[in-house]
Amino acid sequence: MEILTNLINGMSLGSVYAIIALGYTMVYGIAKMLNFAHGDVIMVGAYICFCAISYLGLPAIAGVILSVVGCTVLGIVVERLAYKPLRDAPSLNVLITAIGVSYFLQNAALLIMGSDPKSFSSIISLPALRLFDGQLVISATTVLTIVACVVIMAALTLFTTKTKMGKAMRACSEDRGAATLMGINVNSTISMVFAIGSGLAAIAGVLLCSAYPTLMPTTGSMPGIKAFTAAVLGGIGSIPGAALGGVLLGIIEIFARAYIGTQLADAVVFAVLIVMLLIKPAGLLGKNVSEKV
Amino acid sequence: MKKLSKTLRSTLSTYALIIIAFIVVQVLMGADLISNSLQGQLVPICAYVCLAVSLNLVVGISGELSLGHAGFMSVGAFTGVIVAACLARAGVEAELVLFVVSAVAGALVAGIVGLLVGIPVMRLRGDYLAIVTLAFGEIIKNLLNNFYIGVDNAGLHFSMQNSSSLGMEQGTIIVNGPQGAVGIDKISTFVGGVVLVLITVAVVLNLMHSRSGRAIMAVRDNRIAAESVGINVTKYRLMAFAVASALAGAAGVLYAMNYSTIIPSQFDFNTSILILVYVVLGGMGNIRGSIIAAAFLTVLPELLRAINDYRMLIYAVVLILVMVVPNLKTYQRLVDMVRVRILKRDAAEQAPAAAEGGEGHE
Amino acid sequence: MDIQNSAFSRRNFIKGASAAGVLGGMSAVLAGCSSDDNASAGSAGASAASGSAFMIGGIGPLTGDAAIYGKACQNAAQIAVDEINEEGGDVQFELNFQDDENDAERSVNAYNNLKDWGMQILVGTTTTAPCVAVSNETNSDNLFQLTPSASSTDVIGGQPDADGNISVARKENVFQMCFTDPNQGTASAQYISEQQLGTKIAIIYNNSDAYSTGIYNKFKDEADSLGLEVVAESSFTNDSATDFSVQLNDAKNAGADLVFLPIYYTPISLILTQANQMGYAPKWFGVDGMDGLLTVEGFDTQLAEGCMLLTPFVANATDEATQSFVSKYEEQFGETPNQFAADAYDCVYAIKQAIETAGLTPDMDASEICDGLVETFTSADFSYSGLTTAGEAATWADTGEVSKQPMGMVIQNGEYVAL
Repeated sequence: MEILTNLINGMSLGSVYAIIALGYTMVYGIAKMLNFAHGDVIMVGAYICFCAISYLGLPAIAGVILSVVGCTVLGIVVERLAYKPLRDAPSLNVLITAIGVSYFLQNAALLIMGSDPKSFSSIISLPALRLFDGQLVISATTVLTIVACVVIMAALTLFTTKTKMGKAMRACSEDRGAATLMGINVNSTISMVFAIGSGLAAIAGVLLCSAYPTLMPTTGSMPGIKAFTAAVLGGIGSIPGAALGGVLLGIIEIFARAYIGTQLADAVVFAVLIVMLLIKPAGLLGKNVSEKV
Repeated sequence: MKKLSKTLRSTLSTYALIIIAFIVVQVLMGADLISNSLQGQLVPICAYVCLAVSLNLVVGISGELSLGHAGFMSVGAFTGVIVAACLARAGVEAELVLFVVSAVAGALVAGIVGLLVGIPVMRLRGDYLAIVTLAFGEIIKNLLNNFYIGVDNAGLHFSMQNSSSLGMEQGTIIVNGPQGAVGIDKISTFVGGVVLVLITVAVVLNLMHSRSGRAIMAVRDNRIAAESVGINVTKYRLMAFAVASALAGAAGVLYAMNYSTIIPSQFDFNTSILILVYVVLGGMGNIRGSIIAAAFLTVLPELLRAINDYRMLIYAVVLILVMVVPNLKTYQRLVDMVRVRILKRDAAEQAPAAAEGGEGHE
Repeated sequence: MDIQNSAFSRRNFIKGASAAGVLGGMSAVLAGCSSDDNASAGSAGASAASGSAFMIGGIGPLTGDAAIYGKACQNAAQIAVDEINEEGGDVQFELNFQDDENDAERSVNAYNNLKDWGMQILVGTTTTAPCVAVSNETNSDNLFQLTPSASSTDVIGGQPDADGNISVARKENVFQMCFTDPNQGTASAQYISEQQLGTKIAIIYNNSDAYSTGIYNKFKDEADSLGLEVVAESSFTNDSATDFSVQLNDAKNAGADLVFLPIYYTPISLILTQANQMGYAPKWFGVDGMDGLLTVEGFDTQLAEGCMLLTPFVANATDEATQSFVSKYEEQFGETPNQFAADAYDCVYAIKQAIETAGLTPDMDASEICDGLVETFTSADFSYSGLTTAGEAATWADTGEVSKQPMGMVIQNGEYVAL
């Protein structure tokens, strides 16, 4: 029973990682940049939702929608101001800019919202599932997180394979130059990716804070790094890979904490990542692109 | 001056920069013109310069994105602290001896760890390599969080549980798990820091201009071509990585010995990123640039203290602007305009030179 | 000059231009700053010379993860200084509070910055690791330091652990306003044992925090010697302070009926919420870090019902001093003060009292003031009563530790009630 409890907790944590990782992977796949500010967009999303519910007194669902809209706008603005001028710059410059954006968001949140942690009351008010005479308790948040993860992954896969915009995205990711020649507006496609990625981040933020209800300006940074790890583990650029990587990472983390020790859990998580990458250098579901000579 | 090669001139100017900076600071200090605030930052500036220069060897010269440099810094720092504490207990009192021995030990251990980490890491490339170095940095931090080391008359004690399981009597706890090392003797000096900077720069520049260095850069520019002319790619990448780790370790010792306490969690991902920022801002492969950028960005947050609450916000904005502005169309047009104007004047004076003008050197 | 030297390329030029720009910018900023420094140092010198006010420096995290603690200290110290200056007595203060981001390096930078400003007495630093570094600096400069909340024994130094091992020598100029960590651990274990609050005890502590680990170690020792049964011990780190399912399952499966939480209130709010979700309801017992739980915005205070804690300060105490402080704090900063704030407030007043006792004047230099204050603080007849001393007088030993009594509190109907 203990193993089952840990497994479910792991899946719940992993699903949150997975949703964040999906955003990472989308942006990486198309814009070819590591968006280190992604974790902080999560934090912004959670703050928007918190403010909408606590200060404006809106219903939970309105809070979520507002937060998605807010983050989408934020994503587009950040892309336009900070990343777009660097489209042809070396990728490291873009990386540093992303880090700058991350610092900016954190400190702006600190100035606006203050340093005291906010307790995020769960937006889900359904009762918990009790199985096996209450020996196994699964909270509604857990169920919803896992469901949301699956739904989002399926929707994204459909979007990128079936719609015109999605196909344009894949084209940009394959070969930006050729895509431009085929009449695809690369700039607006990349903006679109940032919009989607940031919208996902908002959902991830709300779910993260429903499951682990503390909200601080630095809330997003550690989950951001873990999700980045998850995206690489699954093969960065691959949508099912990100979901798989996220869930696996969550399960490994919880099991390492339960059976190896809480203090070494992070070391174990990262060690597993290294071993996996040595066996499969492009990640679990990543494409092994052969180099052009 | 005529016969000096470009490389040599650039090398000399780098050394000159460090020495002039050193002399200026010494003179100002002698005249009591430097604030306590800046004076207290001299040693950390030296440490960050060493770190930036050594990371430049990996990122700029060898072309690998490493996100775990702070990990090697912390390995060096903790090794140095342990060695210094043991020596001090053994009765060594000369600060110079303590510092040199612990710096060498820190560099050695960090170099070995770098080599061990490098062997698996160098099988990967690009962003995968970046994430694995990040992972190693986190693992090192996590392990150090679980190390308890103490020394008493019976010798060195080690445990991974807690300080009371060390089984010591009347001893000194050197490293106390997540609480880190406390009670470090403050033996780092500005002079020591500058010497370390000079050594680091010398090592990196010599390596760059040696046969190995050219091989490393060949691997960076075109791995396949380099491989096809018989360069052992893995060997040279590994070499750059291990040397950089060793130098980072020495810088870690310098840093640690300047504060009476260090904790494992301060050498985290953010510190690695901080060093990376110095390298990118200073210019990839540009050693002088790394030195200036590291010094400037270390002092910047302190200069911004007057605006207290907005300090880190401004720092972030500066970071973004420095990266974005040179790529803006308007800025480029402006630079071109100035350039054309100067070029015209230049061309009028030295018409033949313009025709001969080649690419600049680093 | 060699003709080739002036060979021109765009790349070269831009590099040169930007380098010049950076250097120019830097020198401009440096110049601006140094003139600033001079100005403020000058004014500091002037005010010190005219003997109008003591220059008090404060250091704590105002940005980053731990910003809430630094902010609390800054705000409360400011209230105390304003009150004292308004009263217009002989002793007047000027306060300058600097940010250290909870980092030793930044903290030493902040300290040097304050020295440039002309600091004579330091109230700080707020958090432990930076305080260990800064106390070393104040010690070599012989500048009086009273920390409101850095509770590790390494801050004051000279404290052997159970086996007689010492990691830092005593720093004679450093004193604490808060309890040392071991004291809290011992007091908690004794309290639990005396009141027979639980038979099977679980502990969840923060392994990456000196404060938490310090209390845990001593609690464990004391619990063993008192015959309390500790059935589960689990830890977490700052990096993993979000998910507590594993730790709570541990405690639940071991059948613990009391969980000891020697941690700050932010993770406690998470632990309580998650325990509630999994239907686990033991007794909770905390230390002074738990204070602040009820004021977390959005936290369901129902969950905190029945939590017990030992703390030197509660914001709803009925004495006049506390009420006046709390109402001022709420009015100015819009939130309820926590124990960090109360400790910082007490620090300023304790220093004021000591200055009056010792008859110090602002025109003395920092080292003279330090000697005078150290002598006063350690003298047998000096005692101080304030917000965090539970109505009794606190005294300081040569070791730098404060001696005062914690109060046992329990949360009932969203309020603290004395146990």
